[in-house]
Amino acid sequence: MTVSKKNKKKINLKVDVHHLARVEGHGNIKVRVTNGKLTEAHWDIVETPRFFEVMLKGKHYTTAGILTARICGICSIGHCLASVRATENAFGITIPESAAKLRLLAKHGETLQSHLLHLFFLAAPDFLGLPDAFPLQRLKPEVFALAARLKGLANRICDVVAGRTTHPVSIQVGGMARMPEKHLLLELKSQLERAIDDLDATVELFGTFEIPDFVRETEFVSLKGERDYPFIGGRLLSSDGAERPECEYREMTNEYVTENNTSKWCKLSRESFAVGALARLNNNYHRLHPKARVAAVQFDLAPLCHNPLMNNVAQLIECIHVVYDSIRIIDELVDAVPSAGRVPRSTAWATETMAEVKPRAGQGVGAVEVPRGILYHDYEYDDRGRIVRANCVIPTTQNNANINFDLKAMVAQFAVAGMTDERLELLCSMLVRSYDPCISCSVH
Amino acid sequence: MKHLNIQQKRPKIAVFDFTGCEGCQLQLANNEGTLGAFLEAIEIVNFREASSANGDDYEVALIDGAVSRPDEIERLKAIRGRAKMLVAMGSCACFGGVNRLKNAYDLDEANREVYGDNPKETMPTVAVGEIVPVDLEVPGCPVTKEEIERVVQHLAWDLPLPSYAYPVCLECKQRYTVCRFDVGELCLGPITRAGCNAPCPAGGLGCWGCRGPAEIPNYEEFFALVKERGFSEQEVKDRLGFFGGFEDVL
Repeated sequence: MTVSKKNKKKINLKVDVHHLARVEGHGNIKVRVTNGKLTEAHWDIVETPRFFEVMLKGKHYTTAGILTARICGICSIGHCLASVRATENAFGITIPESAAKLRLLAKHGETLQSHLLHLFFLAAPDFLGLPDAFPLQRLKPEVFALAARLKGLANRICDVVAGRTTHPVSIQVGGMARMPEKHLLLELKSQLERAIDDLDATVELFGTFEIPDFVRETEFVSLKGERDYPFIGGRLLSSDGAERPECEYREMTNEYVTENNTSKWCKLSRESFAVGALARLNNNYHRLHPKARVAAVQFDLAPLCHNPLMNNVAQLIECIHVVYDSIRIIDELVDAVPSAGRVPRSTAWATETMAEVKPRAGQGVGAVEVPRGILYHDYEYDDRGRIVRANCVIPTTQNNANINFDLKAMVAQFAVAGMTDERLELLCSMLVRSYDPCISCSVH
Repeated sequence: MKHLNIQQKRPKIAVFDFTGCEGCQLQLANNEGTLGAFLEAIEIVNFREASSANGDDYEVALIDGAVSRPDEIERLKAIRGRAKMLVAMGSCACFGGVNRLKNAYDLDEANREVYGDNPKETMPTVAVGEIVPVDLEVPGCPVTKEEIERVVQHLAWDLPLPSYAYPVCLECKQRYTVCRFDVGELCLGPITRAGCNAPCPAGGLGCWGCRGPAEIPNYEEFFALVKERGFSEQEVKDRLGFFGGFEDVL
């Protein structure tokens, strides 16, 4: 690859980022442009491997969700959901409708929590010229308060529905261990309604940020929304036209090992593909809540958008979607749930959220759209309900190759006269951060 | 800064991540209601997951994660050399955490299974305290922000550190949570260190012992209880070995 600009002989650029900040986990960026020629540009994952797939072997089905939640501190609910879904598919279990609604509500809580953490604490400092979000408390107290309120609400949803924000306890094979008390659900609903103003203010804030103009055409993979914007289970879809059932995830991911990375890489129709909020939105734009689509129009975000930095905006659009959708779910749950006075609480409700679980030998796959993209868990069980073989394919694992090729294209575009090492380092870091990589997760 | 006429220290804190999920660091940005006050009370000089600042002049190092690769040993020793106080934050740092489960398998075989012909460097997982001296252990998977806040209060205002001699059972009673044994489930609540406010039993899951043993755990009674309730030795052993905190009784 060469740089097609005048005076290119004079252009020499060097970027070395060791353990990139404001991302989850450990990754390095290395860029070299010598006499206008791009000699090196790559994204390497150096995280320590933990061997979760090996640890899962021999484990009882009741342990799998608890163990795999620990793959990731940010999207532990998503891992737990993919895990129990894989097990339920292996055992042939259909969970009660109320449990499915609660799971989606927990998922929304996590999506909101993770996206807000990324938008305010990891991404925003780049646009504001700050090392981190902490000085906002003095510089822009209203923004800090706004971020704290929204993130607090997201965590509250997870606490109420899943029992805890990080490493959930109520999501279990067969359904959900309990139905939250009605007054807690109603309290959440009123907080969600009040959050809409805060989200409007967030849209306004992010509208002032200048998203770098960079485009590289790629393939987007996500769940396919049949009726609703997709989060838990269903068919797999690519923007290049590939479509497969959940159980054929291996054909959609094609993992392979590379020399310099402890994370694997993936490919489908091209050398790489992308997953995440932008992929979901590109593939399922018309399933978004109408209010979320209005915000998308404000940002000129419409499918197919090939600017990876717009993933930040796509996350914000999804925040709006999940807040409105959470209100809908709570309305449906509360309508179906008798008030505390009429039915003895714990006993009657617990049974309504759990299906009977009978282990059997077999294989099952669970696909879930977690904040950073589509996640797959795949388990094979023996007849005692113990795992014989396990495989987990993580969103950031699927994104790593795409990030790497984006980086090369970005350096090629921006290595022009006037570019400095510092500016290029910032652009490259912003590019990687826009994927909101979850590196510990990708190595697991 | 003075608060109620007491001179406040503003400890310089750094947060470092090793082998783990980084969920404990994430807790530092939680408890949004007190987040502002929390950040006022400390000076963050190095916190890679949340900040581009990477200073070396810290007094207190919070360590998230276990040690499972030789380069992590060197990194940890260098941090210990600079820090006046080193805190093992979370079950991975304190006991090795779930990462320790891999030690039961042949690591060469594990490597082949996951990476094929491209094996990656690894070693048996150890806790932070097995490499360098630890001044304070704050276990939990994840840690609770409340306990980290208590540590900060100690550092800033010399308030006493919390001490949890009693087991999780007591916190279930305080919350009116139905005993998991009474619904037929195994629970390590009777022997596990309290301080988490027992969220798992309240959420419908027996305790898995992420905080390790209470001060004087009554193992004899506990083993008699689980036997009486019909739990298999394997089941109890699996549970005790999960977070690495009960290695002594395994």
